[in-house]
Formats: sequence, structure tokens, C-alpha cells
Amino acid sequence: MRSFWSIALSTLTKDIRLEWRSKDALNAMLFFSLLVVVIFVFSFDPLAEESRHIVGGLVWVAFLFAAVVALNQTWARELRNQVLDAYRVSPAPANALFLAKAIGNFILVSLLEALMAPLFVIFYNLRVLGPAWQLIPVTLLGTWALVVNGTFFAAMSLRTRSRELMLPLLLFPVSIPAVISMVAATTSILTGDDPAHFYIVLLLTYDVVFTTACLALFETVLQAE
Amino acid sequence: MNSIKFLYAAYIATWLIHSLYIGSLVRRYGRLRQQMKDLGRGK
Amino acid sequence: MKRAFPILAVLTALLLVYAFYQALWVAPTDALQGDVYRIIYYHVPSAWTAFLLFFINFIASVQYLANARPSTARAARWIVIAIGIIGFVAPFIPQVKQQLPTGMYPSSVATTFLIITGLYFVIGKYFVDQDLDVLAVTTAEVGVVFCSIVLVTGPIWARPVWGIWWAPGDIRLTSTLVLWLIYVSYLVLRRFSDSAQTQKLAAVLAVFGALDVPLVYFSIWFFRTQHPQPVIGGGGSMDPRMLHVLLISWMAFLCFAFLVCWSRYRLEKLRREVEEAEALESLLEPAGLAGPSSAVKTPLSRGSK
Repeated sequence: MRSFWSIALSTLTKDIRLEWRSKDALNAMLFFSLLVVVIFVFSFDPLAEESRHIVGGLVWVAFLFAAVVALNQTWARELRNQVLDAYRVSPAPANALFLAKAIGNFILVSLLEALMAPLFVIFYNLRVLGPAWQLIPVTLLGTWALVVNGTFFAAMSLRTRSRELMLPLLLFPVSIPAVISMVAATTSILTGDDPAHFYIVLLLTYDVVFTTACLALFETVLQAE
Repeated sequence: MNSIKFLYAAYIATWLIHSLYIGSLVRRYGRLRQQMKDLGRGK
Repeated sequence: MKRAFPILAVLTALLLVYAFYQALWVAPTDALQGDVYRIIYYHVPSAWTAFLLFFINFIASVQYLANARPSTARAARWIVIAIGIIGFVAPFIPQVKQQLPTGMYPSSVATTFLIITGLYFVIGKYFVDQDLDVLAVTTAEVGVVFCSIVLVTGPIWARPVWGIWWAPGDIRLTSTLVLWLIYVSYLVLRRFSDSAQTQKLAAVLAVFGALDVPLVYFSIWFFRTQHPQPVIGGGGSMDPRMLHVLLISWMAFLCFAFLVCWSRYRLEKLRREVEEAEALESLLEPAGLAGPSSAVKTPLSRGSK
């Protein structure tokens, strides 16, 4: 078990270091996230009465787009340098690599969300009427739900034609219960109308089920040549 | 009685979808048979 | 076996005509909805057939993945037996019986679990290795066809009866939509993936889809409790005469689905044979070994060796 976590950690720190050295991709993604927010602001009138009811949905759709952009480059570096082949023949457990990638993506997407969320608050003059602290578990669990499946499907898409198209195509249907829960929970918390507990529990269940499935089946996907 | 049109629409739509699918199966069979013939001739 | 097909096709056609007659003329008119409700005799059997086909796809996918190694194959078999035993006994335990929704008899739940286990072993016996994958792609495709019919006839039925095409909280139709999306993405993955392990990837996706379905159901169920929606299809029991016609219709569509699956299955096996033959030919051609006629068609090949 010790080697599993040390492998995962070293892969993760390597990724972060590499990404930090050339911040091009990161900056481009940050700018893209900003653009998405601006487009939404122009498309959905922030001054409308019902804006608080739809902002939950807008925010998560924006997060989803940003996540897909981030996820699409997950394995790009590995593919360029034949790292995956090396990993396949090494005795290292495949899901250590997966966990490292998933956590790396989680950090990246959270960074993008941290940029977009305040912008939404500003443009839509958001005031949280419900228990605001609940937004933290919702965001953490929701982001992990998108990222864990996204990293997995990104690996599955590696050998397909139209790789960048394949990822959202596979990710969106499976993510629907998570998206419903995230959006409904966020809307509940913003409007203060209904309790969000059930959705948070459902998100937790979703995360547990699919993290287990991804860890169990990643070896199969990695070996797929 | 306007609603009876929806009944007809549903039944027609069902068989339309089934026919389209079976049609695609027939077409694929035809193409395969052609490929087999090409193989037999040594292409 | 092949000779049976035309006979079965004729019988199925007759059964479908009989079901059609029953649905439109024999079944009584609904007190509330009038004659439009007869859409149910196409809508519901298509749904049950689609779900059955997707379930068979799930079983075939799990077996395909599990059979990669004898240890996992054995483990999977024991897990399925355990599920069958627990599922058979549990509904009769009082605490569990209370949890069952009204109208669901313990014996039907128990039988369903027995059928699930039985299906796993029957499929495992008659379909080995590659055949499992052929079965998977067959049931996925035909399942999508039937699922499409459910999604088309559903709104057509809802519009005259409830005035709306679609209710976001309609748990059954929305769950069906998600199932449809999952399996369309499954088919797209198969089409777009040209790796040697496409089949394994598709099987993994099927497992993910199956894990997703109960979560979809619960998320929409809770959403609906917060936003009350019209219940399409109605709860409660059905006029026994209507139920009778519904079952006849389902039998007819099941036979039809069986024939379509059989055709698709044969098509897929043929396609794979042709693919193999073509691959073999392209391997042998440069050496001029592909066959006597190749000397005529590709005279350069003999020189290139």
C-alpha cells in the first residue's frame, strides 16, 4: 500500500511541476473559463427576477465546459512521450497513475471554478439565502464526480477517432444524475427553498460508486491497445 | 376526437422506426455479400 | 436453424397483427383518456423489451470482462449466485417486505432475481468469448431502436392527454432518455474506436451505464418530490382486460425483437468473418499467395517479393 500512494504522489507532483513550468495551457484555460462566464452573462439576463433560480444551472454548465477543456489534455503529455507504454509494462499498479491524474485534474478544475464562481457572484449579484457552507461539500463532491469519470473516459477515448469529441460524448450521459444533484442542490442553497441534504448524500453515493468503478476497471482500460 | 390523430401518429412512428432499422440491416447484408463476392474473385 | 427463420417470421407477423387487432378493437376504451390511451400497447411493451435487451447487454458485458481470467470468472459466478439467493429470500423477510412499493408482490421480486441468475448462466453457457461481444453489440443496437420508440411514443401520448410534450420530473421517461443516451454513446464508442480492445472498452462503458441507472432514478425521484409533476401513465391497477392485451402485445414484440436480434447477430458474425478474410488476404497478397486469380489481378505483386 505504501508504494501505491508514493507512486500516486510522485506522479501528481511531477504533473504539477511540469504544468507550472509552462503555464501556457493553464492560462489559456483560465481565459476560456472567463469567456464562458461572459457569454452566459450576455445570454441570460442577470437582472431578471428568476435569475437566482437558474444561476445554479448556469454555474454548473459553465463548470462542465471548463472541466471538459481541462480533461481533454489529461493524457496528452503521456501520449506524446510514450509514457503509457512504459506504464503498461511496469509493475506499478495502474490505478495509482489514475488517482494521480484524477487528483491533478481535480486541482486544475477547482482552480478554474475558483475563478469563475466570484465572477458569477458579481455579475448576477448573488446572495445566498440558504445555508451557504453547504456549497462547499456540493462543489467538492460535484467537481470530483465530473473529474473522476472525466479522467477515466479521457483514457478510454485515447485510441478513438475524434478523441476530443469522444470525451464529452461518453461523459455527459453518465454524469446526468450527478449534474441533476449538483444543480438542484446549488439552487436549493441559493434560494433557500428546500433542503439540499438528499442531493449531497446522492452526490456522495455517486462519487463512491464511480471512484470504486474507475479504480477497479482502469487497469483494463490501460491495457487496451 | 382530434386526439385520435396522436394514436395514428404513434403507431405509424413505431413501424417507421422499425422499418428504417430493418432496412439498414438489409442494406448492410447486401454490402457484405458484395464484399464476399469480391473476395472470392481475388479482388 | 436457418430454415426456422421464415416460419418464425410468419408466425411473429401473425402475432403482431393479432396484437394490433386486440389493441385497437378488443381492448375497452379508457374512461378518462378515450381511445388515445391505446398508444400504451406500443409504448409499454417497447419499454419492457428495451430494458430486457439492455439488461442482457449488461450481463454479456460483465461476463466478457470477467472471463478474461478464470479467477475473475469464478468470482463473478459466485457473486451472481449470491445475488440470486439473497434476492430470492429477502423479499419474504418481513422488514424487507414492508419496504417494497405497493403492488409489487414479494414472489415477483424473488422470481426476477432467480431469472437474473438463470440468465447469467444460460448466456454464459451458449455464448463464449467473442460470441458474448457479438451478443452485446446486437442487444445494444436493437435496444436503442426500441428505446427510441419509447421516447417517440411517450411524448406523442403525453401531448393530447396532459397538454405537454415533456415533463422534466416524469421519472420513467427521463430515466429512459438517459438510458438511451448511454447506449447511443456506447454505439458511438464502438464505431469510433479502432483499437484491438474496443470490445473491452465498450463492455466497461456498459458496466458504468448500469451503475448509473439507479442513481438516475433516485435523482429524478427526489427532484420530482420537490417539484410535483403530472404522473404520465398513471399509478394504480389496470383493468384486467387491458392488462391482458398489454401482455399479448408484449409477447408479439418480444418475438419480433428476438427475430431482429437474430438477424443482427448473424449479420455481425458474417461481418467479422469477412473482416478476417480481408485481413488475411491483405497479408498474403504481397507474397502473391492470395490465390490463383490474384496473379491476374495484381501482376506486380509477384515481382515485389
